[in-house]
Amino acid sequence: MKFAVIVFPGSNCDRDMYHAVKDGLGEEVDLVWYENANLADYDAILLPGGFSYGDYLRSGAIASVSNVLNQIKLKAEAGTPVLGVCNGFQILLETGLLPGAMLRNEKLKFMCHYETLVVERDDTMFTSGYEKGQQIQIPIAHGEGNYYCDDATLEELKQNNQIVFTYKNNPNGSRFDIAGIVNKAGNVLGMMPHPERAVEDLLGSSDGLAMFQSVLQHWREMYVTTS
Amino acid sequence: MLQQAEISPEKIEQDRLYRDMGLTDEEFQSVKNILGRQPNFTETGIFSVMWSEHCSYKTSKPLLRKFPTEGPHVLQGPGEGAGIVDIGDDKAVVFKIESHNHPSAVEPYQGAATGVGGIIRDVFSMGARPIALLNSLRFGNLTTPRVKYLLEEVVHGIAGYGNCVGVPTVGGEIQFDDSYEGNPLVNAMCVGLIDQKDIQKGIAAGVGNTVIYAGAPTGRDGIHGATFASEDLSEESESKRPSVQVGDPFMEKLLIEACLEVIQHEALVGIQDMGAAGLTSSASEMASKAGMGMEMNLDLVPQREQHMTPYELMLSESQERMLLVVKKGQEQGIIEVFEKYGLQAVAVGTVTDDKQFRLLHHGEVAAEIPVDSLAEDAPVYYKESKVPGYYTEFQTIDYTPAVMNHAAMLKQLLQQPTIASKEYVYDQYDSMVGASTVVAPGSDAAIVRVRGTEKAIAMTTDCNSRYIYLDPETGGKIAVAEAARNIISSGAKPLALTDGLNFGNPDKPENFWQMEKSVDGMSAACLALETPVISGNVSLYNESNQQAIFPTPIVGMVGLVENLAHVTTSQFKQAGDAIYLLGETKAEFGGSELQNVLEGRYYGKAPAIDLDVEASNQQAVLASIQQGFVASAHDLAEGGLGVALAESLFGTELGAKVTIDGDVTAALFSESQSRFLLTVSSENQAAFEQAVPGAKQIGLVTEEAELAVEQDGQSIISEAVPTLEALWKGAIPCLLKSKA
Repeated sequence: MKFAVIVFPGSNCDRDMYHAVKDGLGEEVDLVWYENANLADYDAILLPGGFSYGDYLRSGAIASVSNVLNQIKLKAEAGTPVLGVCNGFQILLETGLLPGAMLRNEKLKFMCHYETLVVERDDTMFTSGYEKGQQIQIPIAHGEGNYYCDDATLEELKQNNQIVFTYKNNPNGSRFDIAGIVNKAGNVLGMMPHPERAVEDLLGSSDGLAMFQSVLQHWREMYVTTS
Repeated sequence: MLQQAEISPEKIEQDRLYRDMGLTDEEFQSVKNILGRQPNFTETGIFSVMWSEHCSYKTSKPLLRKFPTEGPHVLQGPGEGAGIVDIGDDKAVVFKIESHNHPSAVEPYQGAATGVGGIIRDVFSMGARPIALLNSLRFGNLTTPRVKYLLEEVVHGIAGYGNCVGVPTVGGEIQFDDSYEGNPLVNAMCVGLIDQKDIQKGIAAGVGNTVIYAGAPTGRDGIHGATFASEDLSEESESKRPSVQVGDPFMEKLLIEACLEVIQHEALVGIQDMGAAGLTSSASEMASKAGMGMEMNLDLVPQREQHMTPYELMLSESQERMLLVVKKGQEQGIIEVFEKYGLQAVAVGTVTDDKQFRLLHHGEVAAEIPVDSLAEDAPVYYKESKVPGYYTEFQTIDYTPAVMNHAAMLKQLLQQPTIASKEYVYDQYDSMVGASTVVAPGSDAAIVRVRGTEKAIAMTTDCNSRYIYLDPETGGKIAVAEAARNIISSGAKPLALTDGLNFGNPDKPENFWQMEKSVDGMSAACLALETPVISGNVSLYNESNQQAIFPTPIVGMVGLVENLAHVTTSQFKQAGDAIYLLGETKAEFGGSELQNVLEGRYYGKAPAIDLDVEASNQQAVLASIQQGFVASAHDLAEGGLGVALAESLFGTELGAKVTIDGDVTAALFSESQSRFLLTVSSENQAAFEQAVPGAKQIGLVTEEAELAVEQDGQSIISEAVPTLEALWKGAIPCLLKSKA
């Protein structure tokens, strides 16, 4: 399986994502610069964290109108797994691939530490390696991770079963404790916590590895059934 | 302050306008002798920044020469952007500490942010990828709104820059004392990792080669910042806000990636960042180091504002700028790398062989100076030194504290801001980006692994300035020893250090004596512990309203973890483990946190230190860690054994039962040096005791989360650990919220 990590000016978790796939998962992965990118050959798209374009204007706003996002939208429509973490999630919100928006953290400060996440769905291509209700330790590192959406959108998210991860102890004021959501089709996941930082016990947790393994597992199943 | 219009050379001399720029009458005469004529306005400005303390070390040079700077692992000592130490596997670590005190005193967010940006550039300009940031901060006591504001904004500034640029802030330290109230200290350290073949130098070699300016355009910010950093803070300092630079971490992130790509390009000859004194220092130093000259056309320098004068262009300290020297004819390949990242890169000059520093502007020569005179002819001052009266008096005092309730005192100590948890601060820093942080902030030293090897880098910043105030020589030894103890406790061998020397006005003989003695003490400890000084920074004139700060020579130390299995933290690991104390406890309370609580000031003698004992204790602990005997290790520091026991329990669900003997106050709260608190599992006890015969078992780790200390069967402390932890964690947020 071949992953693309999209690198924007100001991305800074791109290499962490790269190592999570290459060393943690043991699959093929490329760092793909946002300009003149060709995503045709990739089986999954990873949008890493960081401060694309310095977070100027709004977090993720400028990256969301770059050309590469048009390709990503087409890949998403075709069912390719797309994972946006932290700034990657913010970009997915700005493009409209996922609903809602990010506000500054309730306490108006950047925060970085481990949080306990509750796995709300174990039937997505990103979470089949977990069990529903399982609690996992994943670090957060953000200043604008306070997920917001209006009542109608929240109702829709619940109806469509789009809430994938919630915080056990909400650190940032996110609505409904939301830490990660998928699109209706289930192939685009955005989350503020960083699974790519939690793939080795050496660093404190390997609870994030199952997410990458789930994506690989899904791809293998697809590959076997379609070829 | 200074007028923008070009003032005639005659008027500069006649009205002694050079004094406004920081040159003395004698220095101005030297400039005239060097040039053989009166300097013009731009030249006067160039000499004044290059001969400022910040750039020339004219006052501290005689002292800096005392530091041992060599060792078998040292690849690059002081003199380049940062020092470099070999860690094997053809890899090396690059590191340096730098102060940004004066800017942070008047504009704390930008002052701290650009301090971080500057030190990162020092490291990647050597060709290294920055892998970690640390800091060392000093503030007044958290009782006034101004001090709280300074703390909040300095932390925001460090976080705002470091988080965005994507280098993890993994460690640091903060102390609070009244002497820093008007003049906080903000020292930032950066550690980088490099393949030895990629090491770069800031040299402008090869006649005819092209000088390229890359990064942000030059604006009118930070003009004369280096001079500002070289004078006392006063009421008027607020008017120097325009001397403070403004940072753009996004630009810096692009610059890092572009420069690390460029160093792989064979056309690159030399690279240096534009830090203090901006274009002036980077260009003249690169030429001077190569034994060459340089000619630059200032009309080609990218400019953010209109009608900038040569003086402004040369003295601006606009951030995120680099200067490169590139082989003639191969400029385009280099420029394209910068363009990929949306950065400007422009050829602005050429390397010459006439050893002149020549600047052209609007078709005229704006300055022409023998380039070596800027770096090499700076005056060197041997300042007068005098033993302060307080020191002589303190040596005659034996301070003995009276503590009635030791449990209550422990609780009080845990809430002292210098001891209390700094989680409120470091939670705002991204300590994990890079996915290599093995030990995050909160332990004795931070640890970052080296990908592709079994090794890791341990790093710490430390300096107890109270001891140095009481006795600079002893305090200087302790500063180095304690940093090394932090490194040892984490399972690493100390390799080398970078010094961040922060002192008051050196023109006062008592202040200079403090500098002199603390450097002597540090040098002795560097030799005894085999940790040479490979880089550093000097910040003088840290005074406000005529009051000097405590002498604060901060030690930033780096060590090597040979194998990840050696990584050790201070937290107790499991019930049943034996608790050992290594090192002798004496009744030493001068400069202690206990004295601060009881007396509100520091006096008497600093704790004594025997460097032979220190070295042998450190070696014994490291060897037993490497042999796998040690479960946890913690250096005893402020608050003594009582605080160390509590800290080792925080974050665990364990307790401890400890028996002490002798004087209870000394056993619990003395700050005697060269001591370690270690735990050992029962199966390793015999081997450990053989390896570290000096260690004495004082108790056991227990299942129940209680800290119990007793003497002769009588309970002295019996406290629930969660209660202690809540006090320790809550202290700083509580002080920041309270209305003073």
